Amino acid sequence: MNWLSRLLQKNKMERQLQSELEDHFNRQVADDLRAGMTEAEARRDARLKFGGLDKITEDCRDARGTTWVTSTIHDVRYALRTLRKSPGFTATAILTLALGIGANAAIFQLLDAVRLRSLPVAEPSRLAQVEVRGGNHGFGVNSSDETSLTYPLWLQIRDHQQSFSTVFAWRTIGFELGGGDRPRDSTGMWVSGGIFQTLGVNAVKGRLFRVEDDKPGCGISGAVISYPFWQTEFGGQDSAVGSRLIINDHPVDVIGVTPPSFFGLEVGAKFDFALPVCSMAAIDPGNPMLSRRDYFWLRVIGRLKPGVTMARASSEFDALSPGLIEATTPTGYVSKALEVYKRYRFTVAPAGNGVSELRRTYDDSLWLLLGITGLVLLIACANLASLMLARASTRSREMAVRLALGASRWRLVRQLLSEGLMITAAGAVAGVTLAGIFSRSLVRFLASNGDQAELNLSLDWNVLAFVASVAIFTCIIFGLVPAFRSSLVDPGAALKSGSRGTTAGGERFSFQRILVISQIAVSLVLLVGAFLFVHSFRNLMTINPGFRTHDVIAAYVGFEKVNVPAARWGDFSHDLLEHIRSIPQIESAASVTHLPFAGSWTSGIDVNGKAGSTKFSWASPDYFQTLGIPLIAGRDFSATDTRNSPHVAVVSESFVRDFLPGANPIGQVIHVAAEPNFPATTYEIIGLVRDTKYSGLREQVPPPEAFAPASQFPYPSPEVDVLIHSAAAPSAVIAAVRAKMAERSSAISVDFDILQEEIESSLLGERMMAMLSGFFGALAALLAMVGLYGVISYLVAMRHNEIGIRMALGASRRNIVALILRQTIVMLAVGVFVGVLLSLAAARSVASLIFGLAPTDPLTIFAAAAFLITVALLASYIPARRASRIDPMIALRHD
Amino acid sequence: MDSAKSDIPQGTLDLLILKIAALGPIHGYGIAQRLQQVSRDVLQVQQGSLYPALHRLENKNYLAAEWTESDTGRDAKFYRLTAKGRKQLEAETANWSRLAEAIGLVLDLSAGDAR
Repeated sequence: MNWLSRLLQKNKMERQLQSELEDHFNRQVADDLRAGMTEAEARRDARLKFGGLDKITEDCRDARGTTWVTSTIHDVRYALRTLRKSPGFTATAILTLALGIGANAAIFQLLDAVRLRSLPVAEPSRLAQVEVRGGNHGFGVNSSDETSLTYPLWLQIRDHQQSFSTVFAWRTIGFELGGGDRPRDSTGMWVSGGIFQTLGVNAVKGRLFRVEDDKPGCGISGAVISYPFWQTEFGGQDSAVGSRLIINDHPVDVIGVTPPSFFGLEVGAKFDFALPVCSMAAIDPGNPMLSRRDYFWLRVIGRLKPGVTMARASSEFDALSPGLIEATTPTGYVSKALEVYKRYRFTVAPAGNGVSELRRTYDDSLWLLLGITGLVLLIACANLASLMLARASTRSREMAVRLALGASRWRLVRQLLSEGLMITAAGAVAGVTLAGIFSRSLVRFLASNGDQAELNLSLDWNVLAFVASVAIFTCIIFGLVPAFRSSLVDPGAALKSGSRGTTAGGERFSFQRILVISQIAVSLVLLVGAFLFVHSFRNLMTINPGFRTHDVIAAYVGFEKVNVPAARWGDFSHDLLEHIRSIPQIESAASVTHLPFAGSWTSGIDVNGKAGSTKFSWASPDYFQTLGIPLIAGRDFSATDTRNSPHVAVVSESFVRDFLPGANPIGQVIHVAAEPNFPATTYEIIGLVRDTKYSGLREQVPPPEAFAPASQFPYPSPEVDVLIHSAAAPSAVIAAVRAKMAERSSAISVDFDILQEEIESSLLGERMMAMLSGFFGALAALLAMVGLYGVISYLVAMRHNEIGIRMALGASRRNIVALILRQTIVMLAVGVFVGVLLSLAAARSVASLIFGLAPTDPLTIFAAAAFLITVALLASYIPARRASRIDPMIALRHD
Repeated sequence: MDSAKSDIPQGTLDLLILKIAALGPIHGYGIAQRLQQVSRDVLQVQQGSLYPALHRLENKNYLAAEWTESDTGRDAKFYRLTAKGRKQLEAETANWSRLAEAIGLVLDLSAGDAR
C-alpha cells in the first residue's frame, strides 16, 4: 500500500490496528491462563508485557508516514474556520493580494510575451541573426532598425558563410490583397527558400518552400499562408491549397499552410502569407531592392552548425567581413560616404526570441513597471503583516494557553502560517484572473491607430512560476514574520496580563513601526517616480515642435495604377496638389517629400568650402505657411520656381548656424554631393525659416535643414504626400479629398493621417508610464496611509489608560494630539529621509525614460515629500483627535 | 532475574524481526514469543514496541501482511518476508557480522597487541 491509499483508507487502517493489537493481547492472556494464572493475573501480566497502549497506537500511526498530511489538513481546516469568522479581514486581505499579485503578473505576462518567450520553432536557442556590428549607421536607404542587410549582401553571406548549417533572409512588408477597386491591406513576408527548413517548421497542409523554390527568375512560384489566414480567408478548408490569391494584382497559388503556433519571426506582429524573394521581380516589377547595394531591408538568420557557439560564429563572420564588403560595395556614392560602408564588420546575435518593435519600444518601461508593481505589492504586504500582527495580539491568550498545554512553537507557527497560506493562495488565484484582464487592457491601450499587437498572452510556465514565487514571497513577508513573532509570547506573562493591554508588547510594536517607516520610504520613491513621469509627459505634450500640429492632415496619394508615364509623374503630382488646393474648406495645402517626424533624408553638402551634411526635403510653395513655420528672411518658393528655372533653396536657422555663422544666408550657394539618382546640384539660398524639430518631440537640438522646390525634385515616384491645413472637421476634409481624387481618376488611392493623433500615438509609451506610475504612486501612498492610520490607532488603544491619567492630571486636548502626532513625525522623518535617499539611488534607472527634467529634480522630490507628509499628518490626526476625546473617567474606570 | 536481561541495541530490532519472518508467515504475538525463546529469554523487548517496527517494515515493503484465519479460529495478521525484505536481511546480516567481528577484535586486544 502506498501512503496515499494508507491516507485515504484511514478508518480501515485504524480498525485493523485495533484488532491486531487486541489479537496479541488475547493470545498473551490465553497463554498465561494456560500457564496457570488467574484471569486477573493474566490480564495484568499481558498489559505489563505489552506496554502503554495509547503510546504504541500513536507510534504505529506515525509509522504510516501520513501524520504530516493529517496535521496539515487540521491546520488548513482550522485556518479556514478562523478566516470565516472574520470575513472583513479575509476579504480585505485577499482583495489586496489579488490586486497586487494581479498587477505584477500582468506586467510580467507582457514582458514574457515580448521578451522572454522563444519563437515557436525547433531549438530556438541555436538561431542567430547576422548583423553589422554597432548597426549599419543609417547608410544608404534604411529602415529604422539598423540590423537589416542588403540583398547582394545576403547572397554573399549565403554563399560564403561557414557557421550555419542552413540560413535564410526575410522581411515583412505590406501588400494589397484581392485586387479590383478596393484591395485590402495585408501583411506578407518576403522569404528566401531556406526559411522553413532552418526554423524546423513543417506544413499542416500542402508543402512549404524549399531552397530549390527560391531561384532567380522563378517568376511567381506560389505562396505559403499562415494558419490564422487559412482560417479567416479559407475557413480552414483543405481546398485552400491550390486555390488562388490576388496579391498586388498578380495571381498567386497557395501551396501550403504553416502550423498554428508559427506567427512569423516578429513578436507582436502577424503575417498573412509568405512569398519567395525571387518572385519580387514578377510581383513587384521595378522594385530595386533585389539589385540595389544600398537598400538595407532584409534580415538574415541562420541555424548554428552543431558545436558552433555564438562567439565562434561571430568571429567567423568578422573574418569574412572584408570579402563580403569588397563584393558588395555600392556605386554612385562619393568616396567619403562609402567609408562608413567599408568599415562594416559582421557579427551574429541570438535570434531565438525573434525581433520585436514592441520590445524595442517598451522593454525599459515594462521592467520599470514590474519594479513599481513589486514595490506596491511590498507595501500591501506590510499592511497585511500589520493586520496579522494586530490579530495575533488579540489572540495572544489563545497562543499562551496552547503553549502552556505543551504545543510546540513550530506547531503554532505552522498553524498561523497556514492562515497566511490560505489567503495568499486565494489572492494568487484571483490575481492570475485579474492579470489576464489587466494585460489585455494594456495591450489595447498601447494599440496605435487601431493596430493592436498580436501577443500571445496565454498562461505559460514562466508566468505561473512567476506568480507562484511572488505568492510564496508575499506569504513569507506577511504571514511568516507575524506568525513567528506571535509564537514568541511568554505564556506566563500573557496569561497574567489578562484582558488588559499588555505592556510587554513593546517589541512587537517596534516591528510595526519599522513596517510603517518602510512603507513611507517606498511610497515616497513611487510618488517621486509618478511626479517625474507625469511631469515628463506634460513636457512632451506641451512642447512646441516649431510647426503647426493641430488641424493638419497628411494625405498620401498614390497614382501607380493611373496610366501616367514616368516622365510626367512630377507634373501629375503637381496637378493633384492643385486639385486638393481647390477644395473650399482647405485653407492651405502643400506637398513635401519628407513629412516631419517620419524618417529622414540626409544629403552631403559643401557651403563656401565647408563640408558637412544637412536634412533635405523638396516642398511645394505654401509648405511653410501650411505648417505655420515663420519665414524670417527672403522669400518662399513660388510658381516661378520650375523644373527648368535656377535651383533655389530655403534653409533653417540651424543650417545658418552650422554653415554660415554670422553671414547673411540669402544669395549664398549650396553644393549637394551626388547620390544614386540624385546628381550633384548647386542651389542658391533664397529664404530663411525658423527651426523645427525634425526627428521627433524628444529631439533636443534641431539639425540643419534645407528645402528645395518640389518642382525640382530629381527622382519623382507615382505618389505624393500632401499636408493639408483646415479648421474643418478632419472627417469632412478626408471625404472632400477622396471625392476630389475620385473625380480625377478612380485608380488613385489615398490614405490619411491626422498629424496631432500621430504625435499623440508616438507618446503612448510616455502616456502609459505617466498614467500607471501615477496610479501606482497614489495607490502606494494610500496603502501607506492606511498602514499609518492603523498603527496610530493601535498605539492610541494601547495607551488608553496613560492618556486618561494624563488628562486627569491636567493635560489639554492639544497636548494629547501633540503627544500622538509626535509618534507620526518621528516615523515620517525617518521614512522620508530614507525615501529621498532611495529615490536618488533609483534615479539613474529612469533617466532614459523621462524628458525635460533631471531624474533627481529637487523640486519634484520636494513636492512628492510635501504631499506625502501632508496626507500622513492627516491620516494620523484622525486617531490623535479621537485620543484627545477620551473621557478620563471612563478610561480610568475601564480597569 | 532482571539483571540477566539486556535491552536490544538500537536499530537491531528490525534485523531480528526480518530474520524471524524469514522462517515463514507469522503474526505479531508469534514474533514476540519466538524472539524471547530463541534468545533464551536474554533479550528484553517491550512487546508493544514490536508493532510500530512491524508497520514501518511493512510500509517499506520488506514485509507483506495478510489477514488469514489462525489457530484461534479468528483472523490474525500474518507477516511474510518479501523479496525486497530478503535482500535487506542479507545486507543487514552481513553488516552485523562485520560489526560484531570488529568489536570482538577490539575487545580481544591485550596490552601487548596495542603496540
